[in-house]
Amino acid sequence: MRITCPCCGPRDLREFSYRGAASDLDRPAADAPPEDWHAYLHLRDNPAGVTRDLWYHELGCASWLVVTRNTVTHEILSCEMARDVAREAAR
Amino acid sequence: MRFSAWQLLKEGLTGNKGWGAHWRDPEPKPAYDVLIIGGGGHGLATAYYLAKEHGITNVAVLEKGYIGGGNVGRNTTIVRANYGLPGNSEFYSHSLKLWEGLEADLNYNVMHSQRGIINLFHSDGARDAAARRGNAMINQGDDAVLLDRDGVRAMLPYLDYENIRFPVYGGLYHARGGTARHDAVAWGFARGADQRGVDLIQNCEVTGIDVEQGRVTGVQTTRGAIKANKVAMVTAGRSGQVAAMAGMRLPIESHILQAFVTEGLKPCIDTVITFGMGHFYISQSDKGGLVFGGDLDFYASYAARGNLPQAEHVMEAAMTLMPMIGKARVLRSWGGIMDMSPDGSPIIDTTHIDGLFLNCGWCYGGFKAVPGSGNVTAHLIATGRPHEAATKYRLDRFATGIGLMDEEGTGSQHNLH
Ligand SMILES: Cc1cc2nc3c(=O)[nH]c(=O)nc-3n(C[C@H](O)[C@H](O)[C@H](O)COP(=O)(O)OP(=O)(O)OC[C@H]3O[C@@H](n4cnc5c(N)ncnc54)[C@H](O)[C@@H]3O)c2cc1C
Ligand SMILES: [Zn+2]
Repeated sequence: MRITCPCCGPRDLREFSYRGAASDLDRPAADAPPEDWHAYLHLRDNPAGVTRDLWYHELGCASWLVVTRNTVTHEILSCEMARDVAREAAR
Repeated sequence: MRFSAWQLLKEGLTGNKGWGAHWRDPEPKPAYDVLIIGGGGHGLATAYYLAKEHGITNVAVLEKGYIGGGNVGRNTTIVRANYGLPGNSEFYSHSLKLWEGLEADLNYNVMHSQRGIINLFHSDGARDAAARRGNAMINQGDDAVLLDRDGVRAMLPYLDYENIRFPVYGGLYHARGGTARHDAVAWGFARGADQRGVDLIQNCEVTGIDVEQGRVTGVQTTRGAIKANKVAMVTAGRSGQVAAMAGMRLPIESHILQAFVTEGLKPCIDTVITFGMGHFYISQSDKGGLVFGGDLDFYASYAARGNLPQAEHVMEAAMTLMPMIGKARVLRSWGGIMDMSPDGSPIIDTTHIDGLFLNCGWCYGGFKAVPGSGNVTAHLIATGRPHEAATKYRLDRFATGIGLMDEEGTGSQHNLH
């Protein structure tokens, strides 16, 4: 697997570390009900197929990235700055 | 067909031509008392104990591929009861006791070999943790011996004791730990369940779970609809997808773990060794291959193969711990897909749907659990109450935060377990 960082270009998997599903960006409000926090922290869609998750370009530009990829074939479909994805969602 | 000394002798002298099939290949019936989704170790053991201990024999195990084609046939075969946390400790102790009587019980040679396990430690802090864990094991009624450096050196003279980064300080020795032949465990439980009337239905993928007014009524499969008032989801790495058919989202992410085996060698490693700091563990199979592995690939995946960086990492750790391994040639590597739960411990529970049971979240430690898990899941299905060895494996512990069992203390991220 090679990940194409929008900032650094195609890089070896070893430069990145994985955080988990990109739903981590959808943090509930501080006063949201406990069920929302439970879903956010623990529950996952866990698809066999296309998924979006968060990676950190640890040994590169130190950006957080949203990677869209296929969990069955390991094909990487796109890679965006997490910052941009979060801003887009907030609009 | 049962095995006996007489039968072995006769078959040995007549070219082994008389061994029959080990289980039937029945057509699915329209309805059963209990359906078990998943013909892996846990599903087969559940069916076996349902029939044997609870007399419930109108049972079908539905397997989308073939019996033993999942993780039960892909793991590195380590069997042990050296868990420290309450909940895990009594469960794995219960499971190990079942292992110790398994061959006699199943009349099947699963090659359970209590060759011992040594968990190495490399610092004073890790020694204290090992001592505490050893005490927990002894309190549970199991065995543990704290070895110092010389004690480890006497048993494992081939380790690199001069390693500067991770000098060997000692090891926690668990003599009743060891290995077993993974395929044979699946086959033994399959045959035992079949002999008691359970239908093992292969090439039968469950594609839907039928729920009416909060009660499960059956499943849809690639071989037609099958009715039952009790359905158990026992599908290891596929739990998230199977539970989704019942509208449930689980605290599970699926990840790959790789394993490696070398060419057959003369006996050289007579115990199981774990090198936690390097993420490496190894044993030698009865055929002579060195069987070893390390950590997850660390990202969600359903590909039953891994990527090269983790393979490289495992080889580096192997060379660091035991330089002699560099002379062995790696024959094969493969991957298995496992459920990773946020606390690294399994879930065996009822669900909010009446009659629907859940057995999942074994992470990479579920092979040793096979008899115990089948035994307690059968108890849960038959009685509706958790078995006393598995009272802590509740699904709601993630929602309440009460009773989480993070054995390694690595936090609540799925891939860290
Ligand atoms: C490389 C590796 C090394 C490991 N090493 C160890 C070890 O040394 N010690 C240890 O204790 N554990 C180990 N484990 C973990 C252990 O193998 C698993 O936790 C355990 O085998 C899982 O339970 P199972 O045997 O029932 O799973 P499986 O054998 O995977 O059974 C699940 C079955 O469900 C079937 N299924 C899935 N979806 C459906 C569907 N929709 N319909 C019908 N059937 C379906 C699958 O085809 C599969 O056969 C290791 C795992 C791996 C991958
Ligand atoms: Zn970058």
